[in-house]
Amino acid sequence: MIDMKEAVMEAVPVQKDAAVEVHELRKEFRRKDSRKRGEKRTRVALDGVTFTMERGETVAILGQNGSGKSTLVRLLSTLLLPDGGSARIFGHDVVSEERAVRRLVNRVSVEASFFKKMSSSENLGYASRFYGMTSRETRDKIPEILERVGFPPDRRSEPMENLSRGMQQKVALARALLTSPVVLLLDEPTTGLDPRSKLEVQEFIREIRTTHDSTILLCTHDLAEAETLAERVGILDRGRLLALEPADDLRRRYGADTLEEAFFAATGREFEAEGDEDDDREVFA
Amino acid sequence: MRALWGTMRAELVGAGGVVERNAYLTRRYIWWDIAWFIWTVANTLTIVFIAKGVESSGVEFDVNQYMTYLLIGAVVWAYLGVLFGFLMETVAWERWEGTIEYTFMAPLSRAMHLAGQGVFAIVYGIVRAVFLFGVCALFFSLSMPDANFLAALVVLAVASISFIGIGIMTSVLPLISPEKGTQLGFIAQGTLLVVSGVYYPVSVLPGWMQFLAKFSPATYALEGIRGAIIDGEGLSRMGDEIGPLLLIGAVSIPLGLWVFRRGELYAKRHGKLKRSG
Repeated sequence: MIDMKEAVMEAVPVQKDAAVEVHELRKEFRRKDSRKRGEKRTRVALDGVTFTMERGETVAILGQNGSGKSTLVRLLSTLLLPDGGSARIFGHDVVSEERAVRRLVNRVSVEASFFKKMSSSENLGYASRFYGMTSRETRDKIPEILERVGFPPDRRSEPMENLSRGMQQKVALARALLTSPVVLLLDEPTTGLDPRSKLEVQEFIREIRTTHDSTILLCTHDLAEAETLAERVGILDRGRLLALEPADDLRRRYGADTLEEAFFAATGREFEAEGDEDDDREVFA
Repeated sequence: MRALWGTMRAELVGAGGVVERNAYLTRRYIWWDIAWFIWTVANTLTIVFIAKGVESSGVEFDVNQYMTYLLIGAVVWAYLGVLFGFLMETVAWERWEGTIEYTFMAPLSRAMHLAGQGVFAIVYGIVRAVFLFGVCALFFSLSMPDANFLAALVVLAVASISFIGIGIMTSVLPLISPEKGTQLGFIAQGTLLVVSGVYYPVSVLPGWMQFLAKFSPATYALEGIRGAIIDGEGLSRMGDEIGPLLLIGAVSIPLGLWVFRRGELYAKRHGKLKRSG
């Protein structure tokens, strides 16, 4: 029997590559312009983003809706093709070596997408097959991992459509961890959750940080979440990464008492303030 | 060697996962499937009744044989609908549920992903086709004394390779147009059958349609199945059908994968995998 973790680690190069290496990454989207017939609008979702992450590091990217956070996660997950620049996961290029990247990466997004008529166990079983795990290998592992995320055992056979958003998000976390990813991409994993579920999910992310050998990229618009969970915090605004430093350094650099003030100083606008352009960008990004 | 075996094993497990998922979903939606089956039976009966209608007008012909001829056409039509439907759902259903991004970012080759989808579609489609044929044959008390059902099933299975190749090409349409792509796929099904003599011999078609019929796997599937069920022909006499079916299959599968890959790249370039609505 091939151990999943072992198989994943085989794909991690021995040499000391950065876990995530993003260089001048650019992505733009073109859509029909409903206001001008026959014309297309172009929106730059990511504009020359550059950063690196070390193995085992947790980095939070702060940004408003439409700032390009999800585009960044999708590019790193091989779900989008960049228009410029490059991105590497443990030395593997996300475009030319997508299969190798996929073995190393998993993702939890704001929407816990599942086959709603299938149960949590069935959904996890199905997802794990795509990573080469047989039903024999997951028979014990699925209940174990569901228990770790605090999912009630008596609800494992219930269709996903009967579960609350918080419960579904826990299953989404379990799905991502089941495949033992060495890079975990979290795209607003707590958005829309009630306070209790939010705390539970955050607690679980903390647990992954300490017990699991994962590098975590957390995209969020929750300032407190970014500060408490990440070692470095980045500010992404209109597709541009304006800063990426430990939260204390960010505050110091902008002479701010809080991260919110630092965000304002960096971007020139309030964290929660969003204009028409942001709404428009959100549709694209 | 160990790495190669590991990759092959993972690919097969992944393809099996698609079959497993479809089995779960079929079980969950079984009552809808039964309702859909009833509709298919009703639709098939209306087609086979045409033979009775012609008989009542006083024309003399072998009505039992003509009814069997029409029934085979209707069953193949329904079978193709199931096959194309399943393959189009590869994208359409997953896009609706929002799971498509998780499927497309998994380390499973697209060929094995689509193979899993195709294998389930063929098994499910054949089981459904057998039931449909049986129910309608019983309804009309059709007599098929010479029928070679095993040969007919083999022809259908061989033809399915080509159908899957074409189905893979159409399954990319919901990636390009999430709203209308699925409906467009049925155009391929209809076009394929209209030139293939679904309810009539190909010889009655205009010359240019007869030319197109030569490239349609459905032409050879219908001829082979009719030969096996109506005339009792065995596989040894079906080289003219099985040969072209294998040839078209050998071309259509790689072509289908290539088209799907183009569609996938287009979707990734334009952000079409993202769920909307």
